[in-house]
Amino acid sequence: MRQYILFKDALKGLWKENPVFRQLLGMCPTLAVTNAAIFGLSMGLATFFVLLCSSIIISIFRRVFPHQVRIASFVVIIATFVTVVDLFLKGNFPEISKALGPYVPLIVVNCLILGRQEVFASKNPLHRAVADALGMGIGFTLALIALASIRELLGSGTIFGVQILTLVGEGGRFRPWIIMLLPAGAFLTLGTMIGISNFFTGRAAKKSACH
Amino acid sequence: MKEEHFLVSTSPHIRSAEDIPKIMYAVIIALIPVAIASIYFFRLWAIKLMAVCIITAMGTEDIFQRLRKKDITVFDGSAIITGLLLAFILPPSLPLWAASLGTFFAIALGKQIFGGLGYNIFNPALLGRAFLMATFPVLMTTWTKPFSLDVVTSATPLAQMKFAQSFVSHQSLFLGNVSGSLGETSALAILIGASFLLIRKIIDWRIPAGYLGTVVLLSSIFWFIDPKGFADPLWHLLAGGLILGAFFMAPDMVTTPVTKRGRWVFGIGCGLILIVIRSWSGLPEGVMYSILLMNAITPLINRFTHPRIFGEQK
Repeated sequence: MRQYILFKDALKGLWKENPVFRQLLGMCPTLAVTNAAIFGLSMGLATFFVLLCSSIIISIFRRVFPHQVRIASFVVIIATFVTVVDLFLKGNFPEISKALGPYVPLIVVNCLILGRQEVFASKNPLHRAVADALGMGIGFTLALIALASIRELLGSGTIFGVQILTLVGEGGRFRPWIIMLLPAGAFLTLGTMIGISNFFTGRAAKKSACH
Repeated sequence: MKEEHFLVSTSPHIRSAEDIPKIMYAVIIALIPVAIASIYFFRLWAIKLMAVCIITAMGTEDIFQRLRKKDITVFDGSAIITGLLLAFILPPSLPLWAASLGTFFAIALGKQIFGGLGYNIFNPALLGRAFLMATFPVLMTTWTKPFSLDVVTSATPLAQMKFAQSFVSHQSLFLGNVSGSLGETSALAILIGASFLLIRKIIDWRIPAGYLGTVVLLSSIFWFIDPKGFADPLWHLLAGGLILGAFFMAPDMVTTPVTKRGRWVFGIGCGLILIVIRSWSGLPEGVMYSILLMNAITPLINRFTHPRIFGEQK
């Protein structure tokens, strides 16, 4: 029974309550940095790390925070881990850090992280908070990679820098869709993906309601 | 028992024979002169482009309505108009797959996603062009000379004015013997079609009047101040897609304000934005963006031009 609950906590972040497609949380990094799969992956992992670590700390000390200043305390804890991620990226992956620019420090205000702390970590014991953070973090990372891969494939014919479609200039027939590298492409791709996922989940819900 | 003689029905009591297919097919008839002119100037390209756009538009509409389990209204003419209008505002040498992609976008994301005809915020054909413009900027700015069967790159009159300060004669602009989008070059053909629509009262004269009037007024002011830097008003009217936009895109019933005052505001706003884009921005032409931007604020215009109810106190 206990394991089942843990499983449910972790799994809901992947699809049923996916932060990007279902809750529409953390839209700022989702839309801003997903023009190449590698940036989607790095942003997803950075957010994942911050979410996991702050969930652990907040869940452990959840009875210590005075109710009136809990949000401020959460933000201080989150900001600590964001600084860790920011310095780590700057030190080890300077190009990625440069490309992500201000969006790494902006993880502090990612509503996905603050939302999970307020809704889940500050009210549940450690093991459930960890399961929730794992599910949400992986769900967020996968969504970002999916979005970024589609944009990179259509925008420059590559996924993770590997040429999939040969461009017109290099003897192939594919002409890159410039719009996919622009902000408009992020909105179009995200909107279409949400639309498609709603179309299929809506259908499934109707079917299960009939039976 | 004489009860059955009293027929009780709810309003409206006065009915018109007009319905959607009738209006749409009237617009298609009005577009025929433009189609003939574009075939005359761009030959095979025009036929191919128009065919691909119309077929894709109808196909997309059909697929989406089947998927969403709605009534199939492929033959009410609205998809044909979107496809045809989009073909008219594309460069003649655009590859057919790109035209097909743009048409798919126009119908799928410009119209069906909002719920179909009557619910769309933006003019679908213009949205399709805006998408193609952002997606394939090079293909969308490769123009060809009329009557040539090879891709001979040549700047449009507006681009020549903007980047080389040279002007094409008024006569070529009026007849359409210049490079440009498929259906926008010949002002004569468009005016023939537009007059049919105006006589049948299918489009409201207020929007084109506001649009063209503002353009003429503003461009004549600038022309009087600096005749060398700015083109004269007649030239502004005839060049680019202004006339096509003013008569066939801007007065679209769905995406424009419903009130009379609102329609004046809409037309004048389009004219203002057009002159600003043509005179001071990096783009040579601004018809598409002027209409799309005014489409975006149409609900706002509707709200502010709400007419007073008779007898209402201020």
